[in-house]
Amino acid sequence: MKTFRIGGVHPAENKLSASSAIEVLGLPKQAVYPLSQHIGAPAVACVAKGDVVKVGTKIADAGGFVSASIFSGVSGKVAKIDSIIDASGYRKPAIFIDVDGDEWEESIDRSEALVKECDLKPEEIVEKIKNAGVVGMGGACFPTHVKLCPPPGSKAECVIINAVECEPYLTADHRLMLEKPEEILVGVSLLMKAAKVEKGYIGIENNKPDAIKLMQEKATSYPGIEIIPLKVKYPQGGEKQLIDAVIGRQVPAPPAIPISVGAVVQNVGTAFAVYEAVMKNKPLFERIVTVTGKSVEKPSNFLTRMGTPISKLIDAAGGLPADTGKVIGGGPMMGKALVNTEVPICKGSSGVLIMNYKEARRGEARPCIRCAKCVNACPMGLEPFLLSTLTSFDEWERAEKEDIVSCIECGSCQFTCPSNRPLLDMIRLGKSTVMGIVRARSAK
Amino acid sequence: MANRLIVSMSPHVHSNDTVERNMYGVVLALVPALLWSFYAYGVGALVVTLTSVCACIFFEWAITKFILKQESSTITDGSAILTGILLAFNLPSNLPVWIIVIGALVAIGIGKLTFGGLGCNPFNPALVGRVFLLISFPVQMTSWPIQGQHGLYLDAETAATPLALMKAAVKGDASSLSQLPSSWEMFIGADFGCVGEVSALALLLGLGYMLWKKIITWHIPVSILATVFVFTGIMHLVDPIVYASPVAHIFTGGIMLGAIFMATDYVTSPMSHKGMIVYGVAIGFLTVVIRLFGAYPEGMSFAILLMNAFTPLINTYCKPKRFGEVVKK
Repeated sequence: MKTFRIGGVHPAENKLSASSAIEVLGLPKQAVYPLSQHIGAPAVACVAKGDVVKVGTKIADAGGFVSASIFSGVSGKVAKIDSIIDASGYRKPAIFIDVDGDEWEESIDRSEALVKECDLKPEEIVEKIKNAGVVGMGGACFPTHVKLCPPPGSKAECVIINAVECEPYLTADHRLMLEKPEEILVGVSLLMKAAKVEKGYIGIENNKPDAIKLMQEKATSYPGIEIIPLKVKYPQGGEKQLIDAVIGRQVPAPPAIPISVGAVVQNVGTAFAVYEAVMKNKPLFERIVTVTGKSVEKPSNFLTRMGTPISKLIDAAGGLPADTGKVIGGGPMMGKALVNTEVPICKGSSGVLIMNYKEARRGEARPCIRCAKCVNACPMGLEPFLLSTLTSFDEWERAEKEDIVSCIECGSCQFTCPSNRPLLDMIRLGKSTVMGIVRARSAK
Repeated sequence: MANRLIVSMSPHVHSNDTVERNMYGVVLALVPALLWSFYAYGVGALVVTLTSVCACIFFEWAITKFILKQESSTITDGSAILTGILLAFNLPSNLPVWIIVIGALVAIGIGKLTFGGLGCNPFNPALVGRVFLLISFPVQMTSWPIQGQHGLYLDAETAATPLALMKAAVKGDASSLSQLPSSWEMFIGADFGCVGEVSALALLLGLGYMLWKKIITWHIPVSILATVFVFTGIMHLVDPIVYASPVAHIFTGGIMLGAIFMATDYVTSPMSHKGMIVYGVAIGFLTVVIRLFGAYPEGMSFAILLMNAFTPLINTYCKPKRFGEVVKK
């Protein structure tokens, strides 16, 4: 069974919601759209207070090439353009829409019928993806059309679809594969055509045997697409780790990017969004969100309109448990602890994880016993114990030399540390400081 | 909202691994060798082990409380118990209690707490204690009782160990290698030496347990054993009358105990796999050099302590293989 070669850990999987079929979540009273919910320049609002919008109406234009447009997931009236605290914990400009009815843009094909035939040219597909505001749905939210336009001098050889879902608890991608396999495969074919490659791989971890089997069955009628079962290991969903696992190539240190080794990586949810954008004229305004946790009454997967506050999803899953200690946007390894439950669902919201008070407490940090478990766990071949110490002594030059900027912040080191040391907290601080120093140097 | 949310950075889950789990895991891995030592040396092994463990715990507690004036106690983390057992394993089973107590004081006081306690010591504390005793009390430290005298402690009858026979051969006694016990006897532990080092079999069981529980990786023990085997093997081929066989070398004296339990001490060994192999090969090499060409019959303790001193240097130059360094297929 294939997997990536360096490091990795195996956290308890806890896929509590794996057998819960996707349910359609009702509409919120008010939907909120932060203008910056992707990597790159924030979008620019193109509606004003009092404007009437429909489901699928563009409400903000992309703010540059590396940016994405934002579409309303509800119909109603723009209440205000203000700011809200989003999943990152920062207050950001956002469009607030009061919901009224559920009227969709007429251009959207709302039928369930599968559309397979596409005679668009690659450039037209990319254009449609761009115009639908599609971004990476795995959490990083990198605009999809940018990845499909390789920089001069590089050439794509294959498309790799990330259906690994290596984060514990999350099941949104798993359910999507079980319920929309053909749509995903059409989406992958479109991505392959847009990237002008003949080969597409879908990497799925072996803890989803039903999804592997179903996708393998369906993939036989889609030429060039191969399903790759992968050994369960975190962080296999990391872009670089996935490329290593699937095609055995390692992306060199920055500034190299996946395309440098010929790979275009897209999330499985993105493939589905691409299908809907290209074949159904449906912009990205809803997604599957897992709501889960050990104390949650009904762990679920919801088809959710973007802009819906997280509190509405929690209520639909049985309400906020009394012993709640932490609400996390995303999975337990890389997700962000939310400051309140009014944070809206955005393009990158794959899950809501509720931890009880006991689980949410960190253990007391103790002296490093130099057991080297963090070194063995690091999927980038770094030395977390050293990077953390260098950061605490402000040794930026040495930290840069020790490749601190290669850290992908997967948390494997801190997860594995027997002394409960806050390794990643320190490394994050060091990494951002060193990146600032490097930027300042190159600006000179 | 009534209840307040905890906000912290990811990761939000932990493996539940602890310092205790690792320390007591090593202690558990030492149990087969401990049982064998009771079987082989009876009351002597029991007295030496108990004295050493109790003295180590006592000094850890007393020094942190009265000299360092720390509020929280570190004796429950298992590291003092481990140091105590490892120190005892490196002592003859007829060593007087007062010498053992001095050894424990040096191990815990000088070897460990002087440098700041757990995680900060540059040298393996148990070996600091042992080598201090070896240099201070060379007579008591180099007379080993014959196995099977279960009721006897201080007045147990002693004899030359296999290591002494090997040393005699190197020094020109052509008949001494023929007096060595068979390899099988040395493997299961029917030869004699320090409390915990005689049974290669029992120590290897411990190694298997620690590898299974992922307490240590294979790099250090395997590189030490392989180096000793190859080096002594070459010497044996050169002159089988003077140099004992490689099998006899790895099954006698402290090589197994050192390679599996002493050199793999977390705090004093390198962090990267590459570094661990450099460290292991150097320990194996130095051990054989001391055994064959040095003044002492055994070189494991000195070799490990020497390489402990090189660990920071090894850590500086031996880096793990970074992601992306691998050439694409």
